[in-house]
Amino acid sequence: MDAILLQVLNGLDKGSAYALIALGLTLIFGTLGVVNFAHGALFMIGAFCAVTLQKILNISTISLDPTKTDFLGDPLKIKTPLVETWFGEIAGQAIIDWTVPLAVLFSIPIMLVIGYVMERGLIRHFYKRPHADQILVTFGLAIVAGELVKANFGATEIQVPAPDLLAGVTDLGVYLGFDVGRVAYPTWRITFFCFSLAVIGSIFAFLQFTTFGMVVRAGMADRETVGLLGINIDRKFTIMFGIAAAVAGVAGVMYTPIKPPSYELGMQFLVISFVVVVVGGMGSLAGAVLAGFMLGILESFASMNEVKSFFEMLYLPSIDQIIIYLVAIIVLLVRPRGLLGKAGVMED
Amino acid sequence: MSKIEFTRRGIIKTSAAVGAGIAMPTLLTSPAAAYTNEPKGKTVTLGFNVPQTGAYADEGADELRAYELAVEHLNGGGDGGMMNTFSSKELKGNGILGKKVEFVTGDTQTKSDAARASAKSMIEKDNAVMITGGSSSGVAIAVQGLCQEAGVIFMAGLTHSNDTTGKDKKANGFRHFFNGYMSGAALAPVLLEMYGPDRTAYHLTADYTWGWTQQESIQQATEAIGWKTAKNVLTPLATTDFSSYVAPVLNSGADVLVLNHYGGNMINSLTAAVQFGLRAKEVNGKNFEIVVPLYSRLMAKGAGENVKGIFGSTNWHWSLQDEGSKAFVKSFGKKYGFPPSQAAHTVYCQTLLYADAAERAGTFNPCGIAESLEGFKFDGLGNGATEYRAGDHQCFKDVLVVKGKENPTSEFDVLEVVKVTPRAQVEYPVDHAMFAGGELGKCNSGA
Repeated sequence: MDAILLQVLNGLDKGSAYALIALGLTLIFGTLGVVNFAHGALFMIGAFCAVTLQKILNISTISLDPTKTDFLGDPLKIKTPLVETWFGEIAGQAIIDWTVPLAVLFSIPIMLVIGYVMERGLIRHFYKRPHADQILVTFGLAIVAGELVKANFGATEIQVPAPDLLAGVTDLGVYLGFDVGRVAYPTWRITFFCFSLAVIGSIFAFLQFTTFGMVVRAGMADRETVGLLGINIDRKFTIMFGIAAAVAGVAGVMYTPIKPPSYELGMQFLVISFVVVVVGGMGSLAGAVLAGFMLGILESFASMNEVKSFFEMLYLPSIDQIIIYLVAIIVLLVRPRGLLGKAGVMED
Repeated sequence: MSKIEFTRRGIIKTSAAVGAGIAMPTLLTSPAAAYTNEPKGKTVTLGFNVPQTGAYADEGADELRAYELAVEHLNGGGDGGMMNTFSSKELKGNGILGKKVEFVTGDTQTKSDAARASAKSMIEKDNAVMITGGSSSGVAIAVQGLCQEAGVIFMAGLTHSNDTTGKDKKANGFRHFFNGYMSGAALAPVLLEMYGPDRTAYHLTADYTWGWTQQESIQQATEAIGWKTAKNVLTPLATTDFSSYVAPVLNSGADVLVLNHYGGNMINSLTAAVQFGLRAKEVNGKNFEIVVPLYSRLMAKGAGENVKGIFGSTNWHWSLQDEGSKAFVKSFGKKYGFPPSQAAHTVYCQTLLYADAAERAGTFNPCGIAESLEGFKFDGLGNGATEYRAGDHQCFKDVLVVKGKENPTSEFDVLEVVKVTPRAQVEYPVDHAMFAGGELGKCNSGA
């Protein structure tokens, strides 16, 4: 039972990442009708906002320690971060320790600008082009973004740890009647799950309860009619693109302590996120979230040894690697519009 | 109608002509034209085939730096590096056999097919007389096979699978790097000393040739010191989030987690294991421990603080204080500003060893070089006394057991050497069961 609960938790935090990326993808597809293959790259760029802030906060003054030597036998260089010099050792270390939460704030304006520039500078030229063109140009953009990150940060993963306060484990089992330590789950992963729920809730509230959101929803339903009412719907959709980029970016920031980022991070999530969107229903925000969590949990269950052994007996090895795609095939065969997709979409 | 007449003299003449014709290819085959890509001009081209893109690109970049340094030293530039400490004194800084060394590079992308394609291109288009490199056993085995077919020497880079010099060994292939069996043999006594005999290990293993052979080696070595093996779970190479694989370890009854992972896999699986609190956990009244059998400084840096106190093994480390290591670190450090990795070290050694073998053989003919390398004993290249065993083309030397450093003084100072395991302890017979199943075969010169 504890093993099942642990996999449910694993699925929820995996699903949180899938849901956040898929939510942004759906927002862009629903508003602009663009299939954005660069969305995974936005997630990766968000993660590298955290890496960048970590580097900024660790900019140091260098002094020489003549009592110690470096690998060449020269006096050892001692680095003292400027934040420690400016705010004192304890405050400086605390600021560095809380890099990831600070990076969430740091990344939002950056991602909004990147989203805005991306939409105005490139993607808007492809609105009336076939989806294949959109996929090609955004996929190319994703490759360029990855290579730029690799050129500047290298190919190896970079650690951006969670704050010490949130770095340990939380024994969820004791609240549910399990023995101590049976369902101990990383605190940061629980934090990430809660953060994702908050972001998803905020996006839905923004679209549901604000005038801006109402116009966007109306535009998603009937862009032409909203335009005829004298509303500059294109501008609002551009802002939505920026918001979608920011959602992917903050998700990337918060994911860095879970998976140290590398330039390949975007591509690792991209395909799965598209499957999530298709399973949830193209253009359906609620569907993207539901499918994100559902597929995350399914994937986690599929990696349990017992489940893998069972499927191996059925001549289906490595079920954990294919489960998501099997589900996608079944959904597309049985319900092409996706779980919560609108009637008619993908059913022509 | 014509009539054919047979005479005794005519038959003898005809037989002599036919015999001479049959013998002609052999008679005209001189050593100067008998092998693939024989260098005709004043230069000789070496092919450096490393991952320049993909997950091991940093490792590949460090290998390229070391190759360039080796070429510089061979051509008489720089401070000479380990050429000054190498026990063989054939290399004079005038290239190889008087020919200036040039090189071409290829990108393996850490994919076997891409690696073979780039090696093929270097052999066929650039006339490379030797191919070297690789940061993956799958790639090394694939390129080694290609070099065997093409008739050029393959000097393997970073490849740790037993199979490279085991069931997939080839007469044209040579490995300086150590292997999974050696890691197990070196680590087990240290693990026994540190953690005792009453332990149960849970293995997470990368699902490809290197992972399989390393897991088998570590399991055998740890069971020999009394440990039990709870489970071995194969993890796909593409896995990035290991939480689903780490969570079952929590309540498995195991008190040691062995991560048979390398590169990004190792960084991600170790990060997940630490996140799940395994290092702070107690099982059966004992502290839970994690072991990473194959370490590299580059990936230890990527894993950050998570590596502190974790044991593993490595082929070489820049902190070694023998003359060869010091010369190499100085030479590399002055040129690039940071110490070399074990990948850089092994490829530098391979380049020098190839050049030296050519000098001693007096030819670039791969069969002459292979003969020259087989059974070659040397010293001064950072690993102490070393031998290229003739039976399987595997180098035998001391193996380092390392530990993640508790108090690093710099970003490079992440590992500390805790034991130099003597060669005798990691040696095995050529026909050892873990290396069985393949034949070295005969050298192919491409003639």
